[in-house]
Amino acid sequence: MDWSLIFSNALAAMVGLETVVFALAAIGLNVHFGYTGLLNFGQAAFLAVAGYGLAISVAEFGFSTGAGVAIGLIGAVVLALLLGAPTLRLRADYLAIVTIAAAEIVRLVFRSVSLAEYTGGSDGKGRFSEGFYSINPIPIGRYGLGPLDFDERQTWVLSVGWTLVGLSCLLVFLLMRSPWGRVLKAIREDEDAVRSLGKNVYFYKLQSLVLGGVLGCLAGFMVAWGNTVVQPDNFSTETTFYTYTILILGGAARVLGPVVGAAIFWVLLSLTDNILNQAKNAGYISDAILTGFQVGQVRLMLVGLGLMLLMIFRPQGLLGDRRELALDVR
Amino acid sequence: MTEESSHSMSADLTKADPAVPDRTKAGTPRKDAARQAFAGVEAVPGSAKPDPILIADGVTRRFGGLTAVDVAHVEIQRGSITALIGPNGAGKSTLFNLLTGFDKPDDGTWRFNGASLSGVPSHKVARRGMVRTFQLTKALSRLTVMQNMLLGATGQKGENFLRAIFPMTWRAQEKANTLRAEELLVRFRLDAKRNDFAGTMSGGQRKLLEMARALMVGPEMVMLDEPMAGVNPALTQSLLTHVKSLREEGMTVLFVEHDMDMVRDISDWVLVMAQGKVIAEGPPEQIMANEAVIDAYLGGHHDAPLQDEEQAAPR
Repeated sequence: MDWSLIFSNALAAMVGLETVVFALAAIGLNVHFGYTGLLNFGQAAFLAVAGYGLAISVAEFGFSTGAGVAIGLIGAVVLALLLGAPTLRLRADYLAIVTIAAAEIVRLVFRSVSLAEYTGGSDGKGRFSEGFYSINPIPIGRYGLGPLDFDERQTWVLSVGWTLVGLSCLLVFLLMRSPWGRVLKAIREDEDAVRSLGKNVYFYKLQSLVLGGVLGCLAGFMVAWGNTVVQPDNFSTETTFYTYTILILGGAARVLGPVVGAAIFWVLLSLTDNILNQAKNAGYISDAILTGFQVGQVRLMLVGLGLMLLMIFRPQGLLGDRRELALDVR
Repeated sequence: MTEESSHSMSADLTKADPAVPDRTKAGTPRKDAARQAFAGVEAVPGSAKPDPILIADGVTRRFGGLTAVDVAHVEIQRGSITALIGPNGAGKSTLFNLLTGFDKPDDGTWRFNGASLSGVPSHKVARRGMVRTFQLTKALSRLTVMQNMLLGATGQKGENFLRAIFPMTWRAQEKANTLRAEELLVRFRLDAKRNDFAGTMSGGQRKLLEMARALMVGPEMVMLDEPMAGVNPALTQSLLTHVKSLREEGMTVLFVEHDMDMVRDISDWVLVMAQGKVIAEGPPEQIMANEAVIDAYLGGHHDAPLQDEEQAAPR
């Protein structure tokens, strides 16, 4: 078994595109769920609206990359307002129902045959990322540190991605230590109490939904540029649930929780995948126990098992505070 | 209550009052002032007060076929402590919810400081100076005691999204609020707990925190929904003192309570609700002896011997 390959793959997964994308999605979800207590089960929809907003406006209507990004951002804001305006006055469960349904609607609309002319249907939409790569200041070549090795395009995508992650974390950090963030956290604890103290809870929840949606939509841009194509199945409910897993793994309501969670999640998937595959190829595991096709499923089972153990022994997540979790919230 | 009895009651009242305090305990200036304000007030449901801060008219709330609240007219005297009592299900908490904008009535109007509050959302009610607490205490568990307090401050610049990112725009105000919160915490003896999560505190301490937090809003009128419920006897005395001190600072207090000794001790005036209506009001001593009140709490025939048919019925 080639352990150096296993570990260099794991290291690549730690800083790779998927980690960036899910870190950004989870930073947004952290604002919703971790800080404000909003049950948003449609984070994937924010990614989809941003990704497709960018792709369609650039590829179909000839917009510049900057204008495409602006349209993606506006799309995320509009989606947040559409989801939030009717539901945020109601009990928390309604937002959950509406968001999970809306996310599926968004995905199915982008996937639909009748709109395939614009959206590319299930094949997805490409040919929009030239603008993004044309402003790449990094000269052609290979870049890396230790076992990491990327070409100039990957380096550019990851640089932009990690810069966005860093800026998003900084923004969340600044906001959550301000009185504004205090109101959000108070709403998470008990919104009636916050109302009785003269705060417009509805308006704050709407702001939170918009902010988290906009942060999540940055993940949509990164998916689009990183893959140079947007496909509807990038934005399935699975994406939202991975994001929740990552958030809880890293520790909700912690600024760096989503980043740590995303890195560890993708490292675990890479490790289990590589170890199982290599063990299989080296003949340590017979076909009677595990066939080559089953490796993909078994690694998810193992990661699931690991997450269950984590929840049992460290329910607050890796960065969470056990004292805080032990409190009786109601 | 009959016409006759209400007349005789008001006659009693004028006799008992004014300049000579009839109580053994010495009253504070504010207490005496509040007592005097009620001197000429007739002890009948819906009676007019000399200087009402809150006036409600025809406030009705129905839940399907059940009329939970049906208050024809009620006035709350400024600067007094008014108790709202009544048996379970009388509609006290529902009336609280209606007056503070946490629930919407089917009918009725009410005015606070002369301005109508009908249809005003709860957070605006609080900003206008009428702040409530809850029967089930709502301490914000995973915020520290100090954060709980700071949340109560109004007009915070840092609660604006754009300003929040730039601490220099709100730091001075935050510091001033922190000082004010610190003073209140010392007064409520919670200062040692300032950096603890509110969720780690006992039920009584949470009640104290909720009251202190409400004061951070700077209210003119404080509505306390069962401030003593579930509080151990050692703390009730301290809570009582705090409620009285609100009046000393010129605030108006309306509170719901079940414990009659407590009501007698701190209230200047008592409103009694039963089945959604205000059935009696008056000074505490008089209310305790009021037949309509006793009937509402204990049932109309609680001390009458069982009739033959009643005795026969269960068999």
